[in-house]
Parts: sequence; C-alpha cells; structure tokens
Amino acid sequence: MGKKNLVSINDFTREEIIKITELAARFEADPHQQVLAGKVIASLFFEPSTRTRLSFESAINHLGGRVIGFSEVSNTSLSKGETFHDTITTISNYCDMIVMRHYIEGAARYAGEISRVPVVNAGDGANQHPSQTLLDLYSIKKTQGRLDDINITMIGDLKYGRTVHSLLQALSHFNPTFTFVAPDELKMPEEYKRFLDSKGIPYTETREILPAINDADIVYMTRVQRERFSDPMEYERMKNVYVLKNDMLQGTKPNMRILHPLPRVGEIDPDVDSNPKAYYFQQTENGVYTRMAIISYLLGVVK
Amino acid sequence: MEQKFEVRAIENGTVIDHLPSDSLFKIIYLLGLENDTHRMTFGNNLESKRMGTKAIIKITDRFCQQDEINRIALFAPMASVNIIRDFKVVEKRQVEVPRTIEGFVKCANPKCITNVEPVKTSFTVQETDGEISLVCKYCEKTTHQDNMKLVK
Repeated sequence: MGKKNLVSINDFTREEIIKITELAARFEADPHQQVLAGKVIASLFFEPSTRTRLSFESAINHLGGRVIGFSEVSNTSLSKGETFHDTITTISNYCDMIVMRHYIEGAARYAGEISRVPVVNAGDGANQHPSQTLLDLYSIKKTQGRLDDINITMIGDLKYGRTVHSLLQALSHFNPTFTFVAPDELKMPEEYKRFLDSKGIPYTETREILPAINDADIVYMTRVQRERFSDPMEYERMKNVYVLKNDMLQGTKPNMRILHPLPRVGEIDPDVDSNPKAYYFQQTENGVYTRMAIISYLLGVVK
Repeated sequence: MEQKFEVRAIENGTVIDHLPSDSLFKIIYLLGLENDTHRMTFGNNLESKRMGTKAIIKITDRFCQQDEINRIALFAPMASVNIIRDFKVVEKRQVEVPRTIEGFVKCANPKCITNVEPVKTSFTVQETDGEISLVCKYCEKTTHQDNMKLVK
C-alpha cells in the first residue's frame, strides 16, 4: 500500500469502513498490542480540541507509539508568520504520521498533498472529522450487531452539524433509513437530500422528536449552537424544543441506543444518563479503539 | 445573420458566438485574451433573436483548442465556437462541460485553504438541471454558478 491519508470519510470505501470496525473490535479485545512501537506520530492541533487530541494520543500511547506536537499555535513558527505549507513539509520529515486539527477548511487535504507521511484529519473547520464518523459507525456496529439496514433518527442542528453530514455519507453504503428532526432553520441541507435521492435511500423530515424516535435503532443527537441564530430569543425557544428526556424513551425499541458526538449542552437531560439506552459515554471509549484502528491501518502495521 | 453588419467577418481564426452579455469580460480573461497579440474584435450587447442580447469574440489567426473552449462552459454553456479558414466555417466546436476545473475559479468559501494559502484551486464539476456548480477538492463546499469568481 502506498501512502494513504484519511481526510474525508469519502476517502474510505465500504470495505475499508468495515475493516476499521473489525480492527477496532480487535483492539478493544486487546488494547495493549505494541504495533506502534518505534513510531513517532505528530499531533498538530492548530485549533484546541482537548477531547479529540487526548483520544488520539491515548490510542497512540496504548499501542506503544510516541507523540510529538502541539495543542495550540501560539508557540509555533506559525505565530512567526511561517506558511502552513512550510510547517507541514518540515514536520513530515520528523515523524511517521501526522494527526491534525485545523480551523481552515481543506487544510488537511492540502497537508495530505504536501506531507511525505500519511495525514489523518482530526477536524478541519466545519468540513470533515472522519475519525468521529468511524467511531459513530463502530458504536452502531457494536450496539446493533450490524451496519446494514439501520433505522436512524438524527435530531437537532442538521444544517451545520458536520458529524451528521459525514455519518449520512458513510451510512449511505449500508442501506439505511433516515428520519431528520430539526427546526426549519436547521433542516438537513438540500444537497444531502439530493444525495440520498440519487442513491434511492429513504428519509422523512419532521419537527417533532415524538413519535420520530419510536422506530429508530439509533437516535443521533446533536447540539443546537447559540451562534447559529441571529435572534437570541429564537435560540432560547429552539434549544428547549430539542431536548431528549427519559420519559420520551418509553415507546422506543429495546435495541435503540442514543449517540451524541459530545460535548452536550442541554439537549440530553441528565435523567437519560442512567437509562441503558444512553450510549454516548461508551461511544467516547469506542473512539480510542477506532483511532487505534485508523492509525494502524494507515501505517500498514496490522493485517 | 444580424451581427454581420455589426462585427466584421474574419479570414482565418476563431469566432465565439452566443455568449451572454454579462460573461464577455470573464471569458476574455479565461482565454487569456488580454495578453494576446492577435488581432481581435469584441462585440457586446448585440441583438440576438435567441438571447435578447449577446456578446461575440472574433480572434484572427488563433484557433482555440477544445480544452480552452470547455472553460467557457462555466459562464456560457450555450456558446457556439466556429473555426474559420478563408472566410468559411470549417469546423463547429461544441462547448463541453469539463469534469474538473483547475486553477482559474475561486472557491466561494472564505474559510477554504485556497483562499488563505497560495494553493491552486481544484473542483469537480456538477451539472444539475442545466446549472453548473463546482465542488472544491479541499473544503468540499459547493460554489454555485452565480457565485463564481475568477482567480486574479
């Protein structure tokens, strides 16, 4: 295998997605395989993201790899005016892989073109965050026993939420059925609905959480962000409409599980946390195994 | 043909006709005509039965290649391109929408790396209901026809 990057979820085929979930399961069964021994991985966070950074670094450390890098740009050459191009060119000579988060959209694709070593996108602005999508898929596979024929209800900010867009694209390989629950202001964009139409994937749209969650295998919650609203009163009204509460789960299927990319603000009431259908904290643990799988796969250190 | 009286015929070269009036200057730039030393004639806001008004470009002794012609598709998909030899049309070239576009259109997303660092733009071309849009290789955002600006 030549150098392969993971910049966008579309870089992986259906078979590769399945492969990642299988590898993640193997790492979960034995998380201390030293497959990254002797490897140096650069963790470049041009924008702070504690959760994602620690998840990647935990994955690397568990597998015996070493991490170099930075968690913000203030003490790097970029603050001296160095171009992104030169930073990436230089750092790619110091390491075996680059994991990067950047606020500029497309930065990871560009880095992948410049870098001598594989690049993993840990988020580029509002664009892609493929390791999140793959850990979502691993969580679906683990809780439902399959990726095919999943009935999934997505709730909240479906317009700007990059996690729902990437998950929609990835699930399109697996014959899903979608239900979208959002206010008119935050509806799933037309381009994604056209994409589903072109693949013959069914979806329905509604403004109400109930009864939209009752047939779901997976309920995917997202945060409604204050900065998306020009009118603060509108935000206050919306954020209280899209809150999942424990008593709403009575009519849901026994196999249903609730996912959330986190952090949550108020959209899942804490009274849901003790319900066995709440899965968002186990989901973060799955993130570590998924990142082990991604890194090992791209470096070609696992079969 | 009504434009015969407004713009003179050429002996040899390329005639690009049926351009929308508001596309003329973009196409001059796209084909690099502002630095071209061939003799050329531009007509704009000419009468057209089909289009209301139109623009036309005639370039003496330059024979435009297909890949150059395809660039025109972004702004003037209905354009007709005639290759002229000895005052006669010897070849009609169709404008074909290219699959990819590199380097001369800006990405409309201000947060895209191509608008921040000196990165050559690159797009996949999509055509839905006759409307052309460009999907950026880098930020994956779509630039629609009414938002297309040329890289300066």
